[in-house]
Amino acid sequence: MLIVAFVSFSLFNFVGDPINNMVGEETSDEERAELRENLGLNDPVYVQFSRFVVNASQGEFGISYQLRRPVSELISERLPATLELVIISALIALVSGTLLGVYTGINRKGFLSDIILAVSLLGVSLPTFVIGILFIYLFAVILGILPSFGRGEVVDLGFWSTGFLTISGIKAIILPSVTLSLFQMTYIIRLVRAEMMEILQTDYIKFARARGINEKSIHYKHALKNGLIPVITIAGINIGTLIAFSIITETVFQWPGMGFLFIQAVKFVDIPIMSAYLVFIAFVFVMINFIVDILYYFIDPRIRVKAEAANG
Amino acid sequence: MSFLKIDNLSVNYEMRRETVHAAKNINIDVNRGEILGLVGESGSGKSTVGNAVINLLDEPGKISNGSIILDGINILANPENIIKYRGKKIGLIFQDPQTSLNPILTIGEQLIETIQTHLSLNTKDAKNKAINLLKEVGIKDAEARFNNYPHQFSGGMRQRVVISLALCCEPELLIADEPTTALDVSIQSQILDLIKRLTKERNLAVILITHDMGVIAETTGRVAVMKNGDLVEIGPTKEVLTKPQEIYTRSLVSSVPPTNKKISRFKIIEKKNKNQSDTNIKILNRWVKKEISNQNLVQVKNLSKTFDDSFFTESSKNSVMAVNDVSFNIKEGQSFGLVGESGSGKSTIAKMIVNLFRPTSGDIYFDDVCITKIKNNKEMMKFRKQIQMIFQDPYSSLNGRLKVKDIISEPIKLHNPSVSSKDLNNYIYDLLESVELTQQSAERYPHEFSGGQRQRISIARALATQPRLLVCDEPTSALDVSIQAQILNLLKDLQEQLNLTILFISHDLPVVRQMCDRIAVLKNGKLCEISKTEELFKNPSHNYTKELLKLMPKIESIYN
Amino acid sequence: MDNQGLTLLNRIKDSDIYFSFIKSPTAIVSTIILLIIFFCSFFVEIVSPFNPFDPSSLSLMDAFTPPSWSEDGVAKFVLGTDGQGRDMLSTILYGSRISLIVGFSAILFSLILGVTLGLTSGYFGGKYEMIVMRLTDVQLTVPSILMALLVDGIARGIISKELHDEMAIYVLIFAIGISEWPQFARVSRAATLVEKNKDYVSASTIIGVTNIIIMFKHILPNILRPVLVIGTIGLALAIIAESTLSFLGVGVPPTTPSLGTLIRIGNDFLFSGEWWITFFPAIFLVILAFSINLLGDWMRDTLNPKLN
Repeated sequence: MLIVAFVSFSLFNFVGDPINNMVGEETSDEERAELRENLGLNDPVYVQFSRFVVNASQGEFGISYQLRRPVSELISERLPATLELVIISALIALVSGTLLGVYTGINRKGFLSDIILAVSLLGVSLPTFVIGILFIYLFAVILGILPSFGRGEVVDLGFWSTGFLTISGIKAIILPSVTLSLFQMTYIIRLVRAEMMEILQTDYIKFARARGINEKSIHYKHALKNGLIPVITIAGINIGTLIAFSIITETVFQWPGMGFLFIQAVKFVDIPIMSAYLVFIAFVFVMINFIVDILYYFIDPRIRVKAEAANG
Repeated sequence: MSFLKIDNLSVNYEMRRETVHAAKNINIDVNRGEILGLVGESGSGKSTVGNAVINLLDEPGKISNGSIILDGINILANPENIIKYRGKKIGLIFQDPQTSLNPILTIGEQLIETIQTHLSLNTKDAKNKAINLLKEVGIKDAEARFNNYPHQFSGGMRQRVVISLALCCEPELLIADEPTTALDVSIQSQILDLIKRLTKERNLAVILITHDMGVIAETTGRVAVMKNGDLVEIGPTKEVLTKPQEIYTRSLVSSVPPTNKKISRFKIIEKKNKNQSDTNIKILNRWVKKEISNQNLVQVKNLSKTFDDSFFTESSKNSVMAVNDVSFNIKEGQSFGLVGESGSGKSTIAKMIVNLFRPTSGDIYFDDVCITKIKNNKEMMKFRKQIQMIFQDPYSSLNGRLKVKDIISEPIKLHNPSVSSKDLNNYIYDLLESVELTQQSAERYPHEFSGGQRQRISIARALATQPRLLVCDEPTSALDVSIQAQILNLLKDLQEQLNLTILFISHDLPVVRQMCDRIAVLKNGKLCEISKTEELFKNPSHNYTKELLKLMPKIESIYN
Repeated sequence: MDNQGLTLLNRIKDSDIYFSFIKSPTAIVSTIILLIIFFCSFFVEIVSPFNPFDPSSLSLMDAFTPPSWSEDGVAKFVLGTDGQGRDMLSTILYGSRISLIVGFSAILFSLILGVTLGLTSGYFGGKYEMIVMRLTDVQLTVPSILMALLVDGIARGIISKELHDEMAIYVLIFAIGISEWPQFARVSRAATLVEKNKDYVSASTIIGVTNIIIMFKHILPNILRPVLVIGTIGLALAIIAESTLSFLGVGVPPTTPSLGTLIRIGNDFLFSGEWWITFFPAIFLVILAFSINLLGDWMRDTLNPKLN
């Protein structure tokens, strides 16, 4: 985490002159110097860094160059939108991806399997934005049943605003979340399938068959459980990728989330937003890795026993 | 009427480009209470037959012809029904106990599941039955270990668990496919005794598939010999081993290293086209044969090696002491053997002698120079020329991307950079002919050669720098027994003609007896005993040596 | 030398790879499609019917012409024209050239960087390996798009705007390349670890061959197979990444539009009914990516000895 904080900080300070970015061309040199003093930019580097870290841990990231509002405010406004989108997409991708992956892994040569695989390959080749545009065109323009942009009506619950409680909110989230989930879903399908196929060739599956255990048990009790172990790691990384790809989806659907904010920031070189986004993302990833490690501990008995043995 | 009759069985594998006939018209019968051995070298089809009986052929195998009659019923008639027989009438166990068990279920769960599949017992009764089974196969503390996971058992214990799983629903036929090949010799004899006991107590019909003739001699009553999918010979073990009828069986039996005496060369019955007397080794002309003085070429003094598990922990909790204070000497021109089971440290010692890694403490002297203390690369090169090695796995010891001539020329060009290309080619041809390969082999790639031929290429590469010491790390353990005999003969010829000193490493006592003048026995990194070969075998002094000698499977036991 | 060439050809023909290639219709079809695309992009000046970047050839009167098979279509503009009268087919061909150049260069950069780091870290081990692996782990948790965006953003901050436009393509190649190298490093390292333990490496060490020669003469050729598979799939990803970045507006400058830029421009006209301006570049991009993925998939299945 600290590494990321340092990178953010360097971004903040050394990329371009913050003062130049913040004020217009007409400001005099004296005013600039004054501003510099106020912001503490003349202090030695390590002082500035520690101030940055302290501020960051309190959620204080300074003021956006472009929008002239505190970054933390901007983030808390946009955060629920992105999170809701990501969670729904993750659910769609994981659930359907795993189901389809298991099916194609078990039925290696069926007709339906081939179709699913062909479609999944197509899914990997379609950039997310193309899918988005296609969906908008199909459902919004031609069929007109789903909205093509925005979030619909939201209900404000204190610090969180949710779109789940209104019909228009739910309608609005369908297209973006399916778009976002498609890329990941195809990836999961291929991964789960590869895992299942590999497991079904192992000796212990063969031995189970030799003992007369029926195919259904073999597939679901023996193979699947073993196959899910690596999927969990992937699920963790997936959430991260989803957050990143939400940038694209939000742009296409004009979904008012953090990704959209970030893109604007990159275009206008709005450093505070960029560094805040970075720190936030890093935090999320670290959390996810941590949760995945804990999950692994519970699921794979080999790790559990090793840890117990080391402690005992 | 025999309990199991395999009638005219043929199995084919449809590969990408061709069809492989893995088994052709096999006729075998087995009775209850007897153990039938099914022996053959790699590619013989013995595993295929075992798998076919239970209809669990690996893809793309298919039974193309024949029937399997078990207790009067042709079980191949309705392939869908065969699932009822699996586990209930037929039990199957394979070679590697580590991969045979599902790692994320406890053995208790796996046992109960199997029992409840075939017998209608409630969970409590099933659990009792399972625990009794574990006791029967010799697992101590069966109640406690019932809830353990597979990785918490050692190799031998795991194989016992596998056997209990195979037998838990009271099958009458047991097929054991190389059940002890992956185990140490001491564990191996325990498992074989267990199988013999269970056969008697439960009146089982057993097919024991193996490549080890010693195991056949000690465990089986009848034996069937297979080669390339054909059934070569079948009959009572004693007769087949002492008076083999077919040529192949005879050559197989004569290739097995005798455990009770030392012979000069193995008798190769199936000769290709060579005249046995013409053993003039071509590279002899180029070899600068040094006079053998009666001094030590290699001296190993107090050698130790510790491996650390993780890079950062220097605590001795995680470290493994692979070699512990070992000392011995090798005289020039001698053949010295290092013998031990897995984990004994023998390979590690070899790798330190060839300088693949540095010892943690202790020294190695070559020709009275301490080579472990040499830091300078140039100086080291002088010694690298003189010490070479051949390895166990013929498939990983040659770089598949290079032609044979490039593989052999690498050491030559490195130590003689100014060699002309004509000289180089001639030298390569001489080397190849010295290991009984043709000149055309130089232009080919490793994958075009068999395991035995690849070992010959490795030997040619090792001889290219005219070494004085040749370290052989289990050079024939991965080869079929008939090929092993040829390679061992070759090594002996080379040693005699070129005055080589050989350090021979193996876990196979009979092989070591044939190849070495002096032997050191290792256990867990420590030296147990060193003596001259015949002394060691006739009058072993250390208990461990006595154990090993007692337990090793002997083909000669058939004469008792 | 002729003899050697002939034996090489024979060796290829006899090999398993060739055999399964001939037998697989998807492999053949995708290769043909790719060859056509590559050829057209390479020789775009000859192949393309118009030069859409020559202002003198444009006329606003031609703007918004639909594809030739629809009602108002004109034969010479096969796929229609855009808002400035540029022929769609030509702009697509020029655009695909940019996409291909960026994609290939980025992946090549990634490959060289990643394989070198992976190979050396796998071979030497120790602290060096630990550092490289930590680096790849950290970077792998960051999705490549994000990485590319970040690098691009930083670049914009550091370089002035005019210079940035000129160097945009190089920045883009660098950004995408940097985001993909961990994949190559990880695969190369894993393969190197496997090869390192094989006896032929020990044999060469014992003979006295130096480490560098062992790495590049012995190990490298043996780890190329999985690297190639990742490379093919990575190429598709790089092309998609470039088009995504261009679509978002942070990719190639508008003066040298790639397929992504074209799609973005066309997106504005989607609702007013001129669907072809965005549709055709999009289809082209998908065909390109799909063919590469098909080929990569076939390669993965062929080069994997386990799934027989």
